[in-house]
Amino acid sequence: MSIWEYANPRKFLRTSERVMPVLWVSSGLLMAVGLIWGFFFTPDDYRQGSTVKIIFLHVPAALMAINAWFMMLVASLIWVIRRHHVSALAAKAAAPVGIVMTLIALATGAIWGQPMWGTWWAWDPRLTSFLVLFLFYLGYIALWEAIDNPDTAADLTSILCLVGTVFAVLSRYAVNFWNQGLHQGASLSLDEKENVADAFSNPLYICMVGFVLFFIAMVFYRTGTEIRARRIKALLARARQEA
Amino acid sequence: MIALLMRDLRLAVRAGGGFGLGLAFFLIVTVMVPFSVGPESDLLSRIAPGVLWLGALLSCLLSLDRLLALDWEDGSLDLLATAPLPLEAVVSVKALAHWITTGLPLVLAAPLLGVLLNLPVEGFKWVVISLLLGTPALSVIGTFGAALTVGLKRGGLLLSLLVMPLYVPTLIFGAEAARRGALGMGVETPLLMLAGISAAVIALMPFASAAVLRINLR
Repeated sequence: MSIWEYANPRKFLRTSERVMPVLWVSSGLLMAVGLIWGFFFTPDDYRQGSTVKIIFLHVPAALMAINAWFMMLVASLIWVIRRHHVSALAAKAAAPVGIVMTLIALATGAIWGQPMWGTWWAWDPRLTSFLVLFLFYLGYIALWEAIDNPDTAADLTSILCLVGTVFAVLSRYAVNFWNQGLHQGASLSLDEKENVADAFSNPLYICMVGFVLFFIAMVFYRTGTEIRARRIKALLARARQEA
Repeated sequence: MIALLMRDLRLAVRAGGGFGLGLAFFLIVTVMVPFSVGPESDLLSRIAPGVLWLGALLSCLLSLDRLLALDWEDGSLDLLATAPLPLEAVVSVKALAHWITTGLPLVLAAPLLGVLLNLPVEGFKWVVISLLLGTPALSVIGTFGAALTVGLKRGGLLLSLLVMPLYVPTLIFGAEAARRGALGMGVETPLLMLAGISAAVIALMPFASAAVLRINLR
């Protein structure tokens, strides 16, 4: 039993279809519980009032925006090294989810920033690097759309993903140098004393797990769609040849 | 390699090569800036280093789509790929030719356009130095983008979309060095970072460009 067995599209489809209902239900439940708990059963912050509650959308979305790119990087590497088609399709399937997460993080940040910082947007390092990440997602998706041959598209986008990762990290440090930040530090970390208060962190953790499961379910679902779309194309081509 | 370089340079300089177009575009962009932000010389001198950097970047971008596309169309790229010269060397030479025909003229023209934008006196030296260090990185990164989109019919817009995010670190450090120089502040840190990016990109990027080109030529 090795993980590479799932490189077989049929095996991948069968297993992912068995897992997906569990994922959908549990992610839906966790997100519902986390968001309802977070929105209605946490106290208002003494300085920020109830605006603090947008954290339950903002932080998980930002988390997934970065990790979706990371997952695309791993999938691209697997495609480049072992040439499993499912892996290339999973990277393709993850990109639109990632870009939506990036947009959610940017939008909720702007909505929170308006009353708190007094501005919708500031050229703060964290905000700027998220915007750059958004541009990288755009380029990646556009390149997938532009190329007809699926194998060429998979090859080119995976190399773009690898090179893009290096430059995205570089940009992250470049913007740090370029402007001082307005954004607060990490809300949650294992080694720091000053974290978000427990009242907020428990529903936040639940939301984060819910978002992670939701992302996995989304990627499984979209990868399945891509596999089937490719199968239809192959069948049509064969039918055209026989006719 | 030298033969290839000379060939590319000759092709660029002769009719239809588009040599000087980038330069003219640089001039136009710079002239347009005062029209859009107003003619106050204080404001212009404050934004001059950034405008010059942005103009140089855009003119670089403009000339990228002909970097490999012409050779792709007439099939000489296939010949180059089968030549004894490794493809990594071919793309490096292509990037060098692009820099000599586009980047270097931009560097030389920047001080002249700086006069139009009322660039402070101390700024001239640092704008030229930062562009001199930064434009090679622009050419090399741009070659990667050109190699990515070489097979596409209308890849020009996509090329810009792909290359722009990759230009972010170079632009930040380059424009920051020029800005600090113009204000008479210490420029060492951004300048060293810029030089580091250029060196790393020149050393590593040809491998990515060649890999992408091999996929496209398959």
